Amino acid sequence: MLEIKNLHASIAEDDTSILKGLDLVIQPGEVHAIMGPNGSGKSTLSKILAGDQQYQVTDGEILFNGESILDDDATERSLKGLFLAFQYPVEIPGVNNAQFLRMAYNAKLKYNGEEEVDPIEFDDFLNEKLALVDMNESFKDRALNFGFSGGEKKRNEILQLAVLEPKLAILDETDSGLDVDALRDVSAAVNKLRSEGRSFLLITHYQRLLDYIVPDVVHAMVGGEIVKSGDKELAKELDKQGYDWVANV
Amino acid sequence: MSNQDHDKTIHEFIAKDYEFGFTTNIEMEQAPKGLSEDIVRFISAKKEEPEFMLEFRLKAYRHWLKMTEPRWSVATYPDIDFNNVYYYSAPKKKEAKLGSMDEVDPELKRTFEKLGIPLLEQKRLAGVAVDAIFDSVSVATTYKDKLLEQGVVFCSFSEAVTKYPDIIKQYLGSVVPYTDNFYAALNAAVFSDGSFVYIPKDTICPMDLSSYFRINTEEIGQFERTLIVCEERSSVTYLEGCTAPMFDTNQLHAAVVELIALDDATINYSTVQNWYPGDPKTGKGGIYNFVTKRGKCQGKRSKISWTQIETGSAITWKYPSCILVGDDSIGEFYSVAVTNHRQQADTGTKMIHIGKNTRSTIISKGISAGVATNAYRGAVKVNKSARNARNYTQCDSMLIGDKCSAITLPTVDVRNATAQLEHEASTSKVGEDQLFYLMSRGISLDDALGTIVSGFCQDVFDKLPDEFAVEANQLLSLQLEHSVG
Ligand SMILES: Nc1ncnc2c1ncn2[C@@H]1O[C@H](COP(=O)(O)OP(=O)(O)OP(=O)(O)O)[C@@H](O)[C@H]1O
Ligand SMILES: [Mg+2]
Repeated sequence: MLEIKNLHASIAEDDTSILKGLDLVIQPGEVHAIMGPNGSGKSTLSKILAGDQQYQVTDGEILFNGESILDDDATERSLKGLFLAFQYPVEIPGVNNAQFLRMAYNAKLKYNGEEEVDPIEFDDFLNEKLALVDMNESFKDRALNFGFSGGEKKRNEILQLAVLEPKLAILDETDSGLDVDALRDVSAAVNKLRSEGRSFLLITHYQRLLDYIVPDVVHAMVGGEIVKSGDKELAKELDKQGYDWVANV
Repeated sequence: MSNQDHDKTIHEFIAKDYEFGFTTNIEMEQAPKGLSEDIVRFISAKKEEPEFMLEFRLKAYRHWLKMTEPRWSVATYPDIDFNNVYYYSAPKKKEAKLGSMDEVDPELKRTFEKLGIPLLEQKRLAGVAVDAIFDSVSVATTYKDKLLEQGVVFCSFSEAVTKYPDIIKQYLGSVVPYTDNFYAALNAAVFSDGSFVYIPKDTICPMDLSSYFRINTEEIGQFERTLIVCEERSSVTYLEGCTAPMFDTNQLHAAVVELIALDDATINYSTVQNWYPGDPKTGKGGIYNFVTKRGKCQGKRSKISWTQIETGSAITWKYPSCILVGDDSIGEFYSVAVTNHRQQADTGTKMIHIGKNTRSTIISKGISAGVATNAYRGAVKVNKSARNARNYTQCDSMLIGDKCSAITLPTVDVRNATAQLEHEASTSKVGEDQLFYLMSRGISLDDALGTIVSGFCQDVFDKLPDEFAVEANQLLSLQLEHSVG
């Protein structure tokens, strides 16, 4: 599904290097988790995967379903089935949430050569998805993320995930800032979306999330590299002992 | 998106071709270029006007000679040679008088058809009545008879001058006198046509009325005049659209619009202005849009609302304003002005509070891309007599790229201490993070930009009649296509 080889990347504006030779392979259907200290480059990695042009890849490869996506812009990558639930979703005033979702959904349908849906058809579809993430229908008529609480923004990201049904979903700290009930709802929604053909990359600081969404592989990321990988037990150890012991191996 | 990328694409910026840039080949009748008393007399004679109109024109012309061109706007442009302009250009009439649809030249019908303005009533879907103006004259007005059944007069200005001289005499120049400004004086001297609307007492106009202006001749000046009179307890919604072919030279468009609302009357006036903006790269050509629009809320509890979507023209110089004379009257101004490439816009409004408890609202959204300038210029004036006047002003500017500029120039003049004024202003750049967010959901760059910008304009689009809101949104997207990358 995803193959990252020796990825080096820096901030385009000032060449500050952030990712320093990162390798990662995710097979179809697998759930991977990345844990790591603040500033280790987790969000940068996820944004680079999604095609954020403020970073430049200086070395290495990113293959998605066997093909390099380095030359694709964010739109293209999304259409190919890559999805990022942002750590900090942006607010876009005046843009109706439901209309935005339909626009994104139709872009995908069109790309796949399917017929686009009208607002009425989409509304039924959207209501199902809202129920899945336990969101009130009033969120349809609000401006995109505008004035949403932190937790509401996170739920809205999962709603988008449910609408777009990507092949690979990266969840950047979706659990941070969620109350217990929300965490349970969001995890349940993600678990429902788990399937043979769909992979997940979860970025988190808390092993608790991984009790709800059980990962196949756990990685420790420090200083722009993956320094240790293991099974779900690694998450427990990192939770207990912090990162110093992995950073020094 | 990196800044380098950003700049690069702005340089590479290829404009979507201006869709309405074709010319119509039709035999025209023109007065010689240049302006003199003779030309003024020629125009008046052509239109077979009564004496009072010629008088009005000549007074205006003589006054204009003494005036100087206003150059205080932020727009810069070479001096205009007013003697190198055609002041009258009309499609040659076939024998019969214009009036019935069958007599409209088929070539003209096709032109308006191409512009999406079918002149055949049965083809009109939304049930909007249209007055179509081609260069200097009105070529057709639809649904005229049907409207007249309810006493609503909707016809060309020329027709009104002969058919309703008393109303014209009473109101012509009563809101925008010819002494008002250089272009208003010029318009008063040489205006050739325009639309006239009269809504009698206690009448809600049964359909939206609309004018469509088309400039076809190179080096023409289009000087039209619109007068709308809304009697007590009546209301009307009026829409105005405009396009012009692409020429390397500049065409002058100096219109005057006067609105009068009596007791409890409401006039909603919406404009979608899409004049040719000039060549995107060189800035050559395009319309100079120097327009004076003003409404007078003469009656108690009357209301005048201006909504404008300004996307075209090389230069826009336009301040639709309200004079709030009647107690409890309301003035509104909702504006979206988009400038791209080398366009320049200096636009805004004036709200003059005279009556008690008068209220005004100003919402202005300026969007700049390319190397364009966009200025909001506004004035709120509260006279001594205006007890408890209220104004709310909100001016938001959005910048796309870093070579364009936005300026906000509001002034207030308050002579009554009971007035309450509120002002909010903001300037934002289209965020790379917002674009990235939308793109990461599979939305293309152009659509992402269009979505952000139309979100920014939402509170103004909400004020537009439905059929216009869709058009406005599309125009906006077209105008900004490829402005980031
Ligand atoms: N656009 C940028 N400009 C400047 N510095 C940046 C930029 N993007 C990332 N960085 C820096 O790169 C480093 C990695 O940031 P990143 O957001 O990827 O960390 P993270 O692992 O997601 O941290 P957290 O756990 O706090 O979310 C940080 O030091 C951050 O300040
Ligand atoms: Mg992060």
